[in-house]
Amino acid sequence: MAVTDKFVSLEGIAKRYPAPGGATTSIFENLWLAMNRGEFTCVIGHSGCGKTTVLNILAGLDTPSDGAVIVDNLAIEGPSLDRAVIFQGHSLLPWRTVMGNVAYAVSSKWRRWNAAQVRAQSQKFIDLVGLTGAEHKRPSELSGGMKQRVGIARALSIQPKMMLMDEPFSALDALTRGTLQDEVRRICQETGQTTFMITHDVDEAIYLADRIVLMTNGPGAVLAEIVENPLPRDRARIDIHKHPLYYAVRNHIIDFLVMRSRTFVGVTPGFDPRHVPVVRPGFAEPTVAAASITDPSPSLPGLTRQSIA
Amino acid sequence: MTRSLPIRAAIVSVAILFTFLMAWHIATRGTGTVAQMDPEYAKLMGLTATQGKSAMPGPIDVGAKLWEHIRQPFYDKGPNDKGVGIQLAYSIARVAIGYLLAVAVAIPIGFLIGMSPLMSRALDPFIQVLKPISPLAWMPLALYTIKDSGLSAIFVIFICSLWPMMINTAFGVASVRKEWLNVARTLEVGTLRRAFTVILPAAAPTIVTGMRISIGIAWLVIVAAEMLVGGTGIGYFVWNEWNNLSITNVINAILLIGLVGMALDQILARAARAVTFPE
Repeated sequence: MAVTDKFVSLEGIAKRYPAPGGATTSIFENLWLAMNRGEFTCVIGHSGCGKTTVLNILAGLDTPSDGAVIVDNLAIEGPSLDRAVIFQGHSLLPWRTVMGNVAYAVSSKWRRWNAAQVRAQSQKFIDLVGLTGAEHKRPSELSGGMKQRVGIARALSIQPKMMLMDEPFSALDALTRGTLQDEVRRICQETGQTTFMITHDVDEAIYLADRIVLMTNGPGAVLAEIVENPLPRDRARIDIHKHPLYYAVRNHIIDFLVMRSRTFVGVTPGFDPRHVPVVRPGFAEPTVAAASITDPSPSLPGLTRQSIA
Repeated sequence: MTRSLPIRAAIVSVAILFTFLMAWHIATRGTGTVAQMDPEYAKLMGLTATQGKSAMPGPIDVGAKLWEHIRQPFYDKGPNDKGVGIQLAYSIARVAIGYLLAVAVAIPIGFLIGMSPLMSRALDPFIQVLKPISPLAWMPLALYTIKDSGLSAIFVIFICSLWPMMINTAFGVASVRKEWLNVARTLEVGTLRRAFTVILPAAAPTIVTGMRISIGIAWLVIVAAEMLVGGTGIGYFVWNEWNNLSITNVINAILLIGLVGMALDQILARAARAVTFPE
């Protein structure tokens, strides 16, 4: 996949916390990652490696101790309506109805809209996630899957430039999770949404993502590899596991999570965090196709860099 | 035989009330020892001495008096003889004014404390010192500075209602779930809109709980305050009837104080139900 339009870029971000005794604990250091417009990126890694911190920094809810995040050629400063977040716990406002929750987002984005306009826009996205008829229910009356649908509708309703999802389906049962994955995949493809998602679930990542970023264990976590998903874009849940490359990808990721994620930093001495290796499992041995960012020039906002993959 | 729980509970309640009234009635039936005396002297001594009647009124005496009060709650025969409805109205009005002033002060300050860790720490020593002061201890200072007994009573209600509401508001605001605040942040909601659309609804159940504690304390304190300031009010009525040695009226007043207190509490309980959200 050619990198044509670098939309989001993590540029050397780090997060450190003060540790007892005056020292500092570093969750991760010098993280570099670029995402293209319309691309679905999944980050996979063990708990505590700092995935959620990366997402929160992207959302603007957290600030990096070092480095910057560039979105659409601008360094981000705090949260923005351009980047919608789907939280792990659905985090709906429990005193508002389904309609109220979505309308709250809509009216936050378009402050001059009248009630009818807000209602129409909200209804459109409630319909999109298949909650027609449940508009006047409160979150406590909804199942876990329905709540997460409302979260998705709320995030999509403000028509963001980017969606950030923090393990959105981890609290759901397997059946509901499958249905919602289908929905999210359909919606992202229809709307061409740029998506950054955190997950623990390897199959979910393979089904949804264009690129899967593997993160090593923290503290001191790094982005070890970017796995380019070799499966066709129009993959379907029903036969995805029969694709000849499916198990190659899956095994590669699981090998990483089980073994290499712990020891990666120690056994990879010449690792360059600015040039995270891109691999396409299944084609012979995992081949290092190219570095994700090949341009060594200092990054500047407003500068579109081209790199060849 | 299985009846629903509310019915069975009601039956037990009625049985307890009946037992209590019977015990009260029997205990105050009379002593039976009647001294022989000159009729002129007997007139001065009253029924306790002449007919062996108990000095404590029985439930029938109290009930009869209560019926009198209910039939004529708002009569006004001068400063020392007003209907019990008028007295209660004075008390409720004082509580309402002092309480609403406290709401107007406590909730904004509570918001400030809850939202600002700096103000929380800065104001904490003052609250810790002021909170345990008996509201009646303020009375002399209030009388001296305000120079009006009615306003002083209102001030005492104000000061005693303040703390539970302020502390509960601060606690409710400070413990609004981070994820709800993050929702507002990612939607770029401004501070004022966030305060009204996220923090206020989220903290409302805790705030109303504080308001409910406050109204209970205010109603407790008004009786004592009115005993001190005198003139009008149910507290004054109790003390005045004590001076009149009308135990019947004192018991009636106690009963009415309880009923009004319960009504005030129920209003706030209803408000609490209205703002509570299931999660």
